[in-house]
Amino acid sequence: MGFLDYFRSERRASASVAKERLQVIVARERSGRGGPDYLPALQNEILEVIQRYTSVDDDAVKIQVERDGDCEVLEVNVTLPADH
Amino acid sequence: MARVVVVTSGKGGVGKTTTSAAFGAGLARAGHRTVVVDFDVGLRNLDLIMGCERRVVYDFVNVIHGEANLNQALIRDKRVENLAILPASQTRDKDALTQEGVEKVLEGLAEDFDYIVCDSPAGIERGAHLAMYYADDALVVTNPEVSSVRDSDRVLGLLSSKTRRAERGEDPVKEHLIVTRYSPSRVGKGEMLSVEDVCEILSINLLGVIPESTAVLNASNAGMPVILDEKSDAGQAYSDTVARFLGEERDHRFLTDKKGLFSKLFGG
Repeated sequence: MGFLDYFRSERRASASVAKERLQVIVARERSGRGGPDYLPALQNEILEVIQRYTSVDDDAVKIQVERDGDCEVLEVNVTLPADH
Repeated sequence: MARVVVVTSGKGGVGKTTTSAAFGAGLARAGHRTVVVDFDVGLRNLDLIMGCERRVVYDFVNVIHGEANLNQALIRDKRVENLAILPASQTRDKDALTQEGVEKVLEGLAEDFDYIVCDSPAGIERGAHLAMYYADDALVVTNPEVSSVRDSDRVLGLLSSKTRRAERGEDPVKEHLIVTRYSPSRVGKGEMLSVEDVCEILSINLLGVIPESTAVLNASNAGMPVILDEKSDAGQAYSDTVARFLGEERDHRFLTDKKGLFSKLFGG
């Protein structure tokens, strides 16, 4: 890196911004992977129903399918706001 | 036993066909009987990149339909011994490739070749699915750019679930990362994701880094796999990549900028 770069440091951030954005989106997409195809739609509908009754964030519902021996377990986690 | 190697990426335009041609030529040059198969039905291009477009008579789909046998459809490379290509069909029928048809063709090829390199189409549709389905190894071609990295991650998910090895519960497809169009000077300036960043996000093993190079367009203009341009940076990087795939240890030669003192000082 040349010494002139020190005067242009505000431009240096774009690769690290890219990396952070990728880490977030890749983690989110991986978590939805491997389950049945209907999971995202199911997750959205459950969220809609809950939002009809109380105000929760759009990411308040976490849903996943886990395999437990011969059983498949559908796990739904809903985070309610602290002051509901 | 022939090994099936898929060259895949999800995103288009990142260098799958360039990589397929170079990698196939490199394996053949190392003495392995190699065939490169174009899975991009409707958008055939491997023939052009490898310079044999005028010798295409029969194609992959003709073989599947029994209209030609493998020997009639295979085109032997005139520069490299042990190298052949199986061109894709230009049909617009998306269902021209069938799983049984592809399996039969690959079984036929396995009798005469050591490596079957499958050049996948972009996307995650039928052609891409079939290109990866029978793979033993996958070369995941990625540009240091957000959309390419994201698509590669998606493809890695498919490799671990939608392949024959995954469905049968066998050893997983061996995944190798090839970063293409890499520009060390831009990485130095913080304008481009570094190889380390891409490896960290995708968490797969790095096989090769191909620098952004004028040699790639020159080679495709001429219809010559860029690996045969032994003086070029991209050609040497592909040679190293093939050697590593075959088990040799080679340093990555193109991770740093080879600029003069002046531009280093003044960051030009």
